[in-house]
Amino acid sequence: MSPILFELLLRSIWETVLMTAASGLISLVFGLPLGLALIATERGGIAESLWVNRALGAVINGFRSVPFIILLVALIPVTRLIVGTSIGTWAAIVPLSIAATPYYARIAEVSLREVDRGLIEAARAMGGNRWTIIREVLVPEALPGIVAGFTVTLVTLIGASAMAGAIGAGGLGDLAIRYGYQRFETSVMVAVVIVLIILVCGIQWVGDRLVARLDRRG
Amino acid sequence: MNQHIKASGDTADPTHARTEASQDVVRLVDLKRRFGVTAALDGISLTVRKGEILGIIGRSGAGKSTLIRCLNGLERPDSGEVFIEGREISRLGERDLQPLRRRIGMIFQHFNLLSAKTVEDNVALPLKIEGRPKAERLARAAELLDLVGLSEKARAYPASLSGGQKQRVGIARALAARPALLLSDEATSALDPETTRSILALLRDINRQLGLTILLITHEMEVIRSIADRVAVIDAGRIVEQGPVWSVFADPRSDITRSLLGAIRPQLPAELAARLLPAAGAQTILRVDVAGEAASGPLLSDLAVAVPGSFRLVHGGIDHIQQQPVGTLFLSVPGSDANHLADIIAFLKARQARVEVLGHVANPV
Repeated sequence: MSPILFELLLRSIWETVLMTAASGLISLVFGLPLGLALIATERGGIAESLWVNRALGAVINGFRSVPFIILLVALIPVTRLIVGTSIGTWAAIVPLSIAATPYYARIAEVSLREVDRGLIEAARAMGGNRWTIIREVLVPEALPGIVAGFTVTLVTLIGASAMAGAIGAGGLGDLAIRYGYQRFETSVMVAVVIVLIILVCGIQWVGDRLVARLDRRG
Repeated sequence: MNQHIKASGDTADPTHARTEASQDVVRLVDLKRRFGVTAALDGISLTVRKGEILGIIGRSGAGKSTLIRCLNGLERPDSGEVFIEGREISRLGERDLQPLRRRIGMIFQHFNLLSAKTVEDNVALPLKIEGRPKAERLARAAELLDLVGLSEKARAYPASLSGGQKQRVGIARALAARPALLLSDEATSALDPETTRSILALLRDINRQLGLTILLITHEMEVIRSIADRVAVIDAGRIVEQGPVWSVFADPRSDITRSLLGAIRPQLPAELAARLLPAAGAQTILRVDVAGEAASGPLLSDLAVAVPGSFRLVHGGIDHIQQQPVGTLFLSVPGSDANHLADIIAFLKARQARVEVLGHVANPV
């Protein structure tokens, strides 16, 4: 592989890591509260409001049913509004985040729903309010699942970021298509695949280790 | 000496209610709650006096869980009143219930300990909710873990504890905020018999040492027998019987109570019961229930002296509940002489025993 290609590879790795990390973080910050809202407003939840629950569910399902490549293009006006441009790595972070947030909200919802209702009842019986229940019961008890779900989201984001080349965001997927596929640079294709495997395995390994340390359920 | 109060919706005698109202930690008046077409609570009225242990027993689905949850506002009655330390709470909003719930500790069948917190953090949680400083919380947790005998487990996580240890942590946690009332929701139902005994002994100690009022629900008469002062039997959302434990055990009035008592009261041996015939035979089998004075005197030797002729004790014995002797004896009396049998029954009835002719057998052994 020529030094120029190698430099391109390094830049692509950085772009992929940046897109994944930034949109992962954003999806965590917005997705977890969304997941909590879904659990809290459902029937028998700590802030039951079926109307809100259905509305939230519909919006989340709406975003999740649009294929990412279409979301990428459809969100261009929104991206321009937020980042100022619709092209480049930073511009790709907007649609990636918007796609990952509802995805992660659903994953967080599943983990939060698995928290034993008896624990919520115990916290209420102690005189705890909703905030206590979220802070002392729901989040800490669901934490292993929340972290495991975040790992899954990050891995999914690495895959999705490969499509971001369509709006000039660069990244490993873009490199593989333009050099590995269109210019028959097999070495680039192989290198990209190896780097992706290492990235995914690394994220999964760190995630699994973290879950094992957090899980006290024995 | 009728200690029972029949299920008519009225509480204990009105004079008690008037003179000692301030001593009642809990007073329920005509509580009703429906779930769809089934009435979980169908007019429950009862009081729990300061310092006593009241046991509520019933089959699953009798309304026990709904009842206990009405006491701390986890469940709301459709109608009726719930007084906790004299204050009506059934219409309070969630925000007003929160400080009240800190006055009421609760322990659960499945312990409900937080798996992500250490034992001491679990115990200290009610104080954290109250907004107490960390040093005070940990000091109180240490004190309570010492009380329940789990000091060395303070830094352990609940997953590493046995069922009995988990319930001890649950009890310590329930006591953390110095409650006026402890609610126990089937606290020993998930435990083996030996662990059950040690948990009940702990609750008894806490009741005596701290003067803590306890209301417990259970489906096991053994639990009632070993720690309750008074018992209320609930069925289909109604109290069918209530009174001091020994008196309800000695003289159960309802079929439900009798069937709940079934396992722990002496029964005619199955082999003998199978041979019982309704028609007269060589031997008549009597069931004799005695309690209090009747059971403490030399009943059988008096009987032997007063009524000449033979009888045989086939099964049974005297048990002590709340320091009161309560017993069931199965006697076999020769059936050839009807007068002899009548004399025996008359003598026993004169001694306040309840006598029932179960049937006849050819041979009692």
